[in-house]
Amino acid sequence: MTSATLHDDFVVFDHVQKSYDGTSLVVKDLNLKIGKGEFLTMLGPSGSGKTTCLMMLAGFETATHGEIRLEGRNINLVPPHKRGIGMVFQNYALFPHMTVGENLAFPLEVRGMGKDERETKIKRALDMVQMGAFANRRPAQLSGGQQQRIALARALVFDPALVLMDEPLGALDKQLREHMQFEIKHLHESLGITVVYVTHDQGEALTMSDRVAVFNDGRIQQLAPPADLYERPENSFVAQFIGENNKLQGVIEELDGGRAVVRLATGELIDATAVNIREKGQQTLVSIRPERVEFKPELMPPGAHMLDAEVLEVIYMGDILRTRMRVAGTDDFVLKCRNTLGQTRFAAGERIRVGWHPEDARALDVI
Amino acid sequence: MSDAPLTTSDGRPLKAALAQAQARARRRAFLLVAPLLLFVVITFILPIGQMLQRSIYHDGFSSAAPALQAWFEANPPGTAPDEAAYAALAADLQLMKANRTAGEAGTRVNYTLPGTRSLFTSSARGADKLEPPFREALLAENAKWGDPLVWEAMRSAASPWTSDFYLVATDMQRTADGGVERVPEKERIYLKLFGTTFMLSAVITGVCLLLAFPIAHLLATLPASRANLLMILVLLPFWTSLLVRTSSWIVLLQGQGVVNNVLVSARLVDDGARWQMIYNMTGTIIVMTHILLPFMVLPLYSVMRTIKPAYARAARSLGATSWTTFRRIYLPQTLPGIAAGALLVFILAVGYYITPALVGGADGQLFSNLIQFHMSKSNWSVAAALAGMLLAGVLVLYWLYDRLVGIDKLKLG
Repeated sequence: MTSATLHDDFVVFDHVQKSYDGTSLVVKDLNLKIGKGEFLTMLGPSGSGKTTCLMMLAGFETATHGEIRLEGRNINLVPPHKRGIGMVFQNYALFPHMTVGENLAFPLEVRGMGKDERETKIKRALDMVQMGAFANRRPAQLSGGQQQRIALARALVFDPALVLMDEPLGALDKQLREHMQFEIKHLHESLGITVVYVTHDQGEALTMSDRVAVFNDGRIQQLAPPADLYERPENSFVAQFIGENNKLQGVIEELDGGRAVVRLATGELIDATAVNIREKGQQTLVSIRPERVEFKPELMPPGAHMLDAEVLEVIYMGDILRTRMRVAGTDDFVLKCRNTLGQTRFAAGERIRVGWHPEDARALDVI
Repeated sequence: MSDAPLTTSDGRPLKAALAQAQARARRRAFLLVAPLLLFVVITFILPIGQMLQRSIYHDGFSSAAPALQAWFEANPPGTAPDEAAYAALAADLQLMKANRTAGEAGTRVNYTLPGTRSLFTSSARGADKLEPPFREALLAENAKWGDPLVWEAMRSAASPWTSDFYLVATDMQRTADGGVERVPEKERIYLKLFGTTFMLSAVITGVCLLLAFPIAHLLATLPASRANLLMILVLLPFWTSLLVRTSSWIVLLQGQGVVNNVLVSARLVDDGARWQMIYNMTGTIIVMTHILLPFMVLPLYSVMRTIKPAYARAARSLGATSWTTFRRIYLPQTLPGIAAGALLVFILAVGYYITPALVGGADGQLFSNLIQFHMSKSNWSVAAALAGMLLAGVLVLYWLYDRLVGIDKLKLG
């Protein structure tokens, strides 16, 4: 995905606000531009406003304030059936009284399409999701994964340019979910459609998206490609919501451009990269990914600070060894290392020293 | 796998072991159900069986007239009554007088040939004075004894098992040669009322459906707290006496009632031409619709509650207008509720008695009112035959319904 196609304003949320009760805002001043062909994920905990945004885009909710534009046209007052947006629902919403074929024919029939053309399109859509042999089944006769595929085919059968997905994989088991993530991703790439995907599963968001908008409290906390989101979170919420994360609270001791030294509550000093820090003496929460924690002094940059650590337990996870230790007064400081031949294995009670590259520790605001 | 039956590890057949293992649980389950089973048999199956038997069995004449019965058995149908027959008749009339069964016997023959009851009662009164030759004596007593129709009717009544009551109930009568024909045009009442009853029930069911559908939808979509309040309003009529509800409709709808007074004072209706909304078919329809409405609302509500709003949203997002969404997505999914409600209301309406009796006037009466009329006249047999017809009608409808909709699609709540 090149940046030229990313930002050609296919879908625009312009200062959108939404209130259900007139006393509180569910969506607070949302500004978001989605490019044509982009896979954008709205990620956030429940109640963060992400589903409301999707429903406003689909036309099932009206924006209290602001404007939603699709291909440059204000669609605030366009009813859902005239928007031409495909949608995959959380529990698929396949019509139970129709067969799979009839489900797929429905959007084509209401568009007044002829029988031959309908059958061609239905066949193509079913083949696309490898469900060609199931046209005469009823939804209730299909497994969850198969229903998911049909729901996908139904949302795509009338060739919409924009497809919305509302936690479509939430009801599937883990293995099937991961498999479907790749299938949806591949469909997106091969069809060149624009996808707006809502989920609370950060793994899903990272795997599939071109960009992820992290929602919390009715606002976008960060809008960035998955790698940036994981490696360079801009605030504590994003750092904690995406992936596992070690947190150390302290006060800024030194601030030199992007580099900061933080004094922890226990008096020890650590290095970090200042992200949203304004001045010395400010309270901060330093975030370090467990896989970026080092315990071999020879791998540390010269002069970097290290901390004493006491190993509390080692959890064997197959591909990864997860070591929980007590560091600077917290009991849940985690170190992850790959289970390679010759990897150091700690035992509970062992005392070691841990540190990290200053770029891997991010000094963020305190929430 | 071999074809030999599976056995347990000690060699007993698996099926026997399974049956034994479950026997105790089954016995206990049966004991739990037994009181209800007994109750149903005693209060439901037996009375219905007895009612159906009454509609085809009446021994009022056959037990009172053994001599005639013997003569009818000895002589084939169509034999002209000879002296022996009249002698048997005289003997039986004497027996009837002694046992005081002339009324009962006359009633039975009267079903088959109206207007013959008094023939038996009056002839039995003077039976002791009859002397041979009996033919002349009886014809002198009453010339009707020579009528072949009377003899045909007595032959028919001589067997306790009879289809005569069903003939009456279907506006038929016997001819002199043993065949059946329809009664004269102006005497046909039962079949016409039977049809009217089913037609009125269909109208009431239709109106109930039209009224209940939006209410049930509202109930199913409102938040729980407000839906509960609305549900109480729907159920409130259930907690009021049926008589009170029916009477309050009389207060509302009668000539000098609330509705007419309002219409007149609003100058919508002329004082001299007040609407006749009660004591006729209109009254029956209005009041029964009101009384049966909850039976339509409840099954509809229980089905609609399970239809997720996501279906409508999905249809809309796929490009359907709200009307298409309703017609092709929502309505088909409510069919089990519509079917259940319609069946319930229809069957209740077909057998309804008290409301048409109170507000039906002359043309708003239903079949049940006719059954009640016959019961009040002690015509148990005809009442039973009419009830049997009603039961058969409902069963036929039920069968049709099963064929068209499928009884497994029924959802009562």
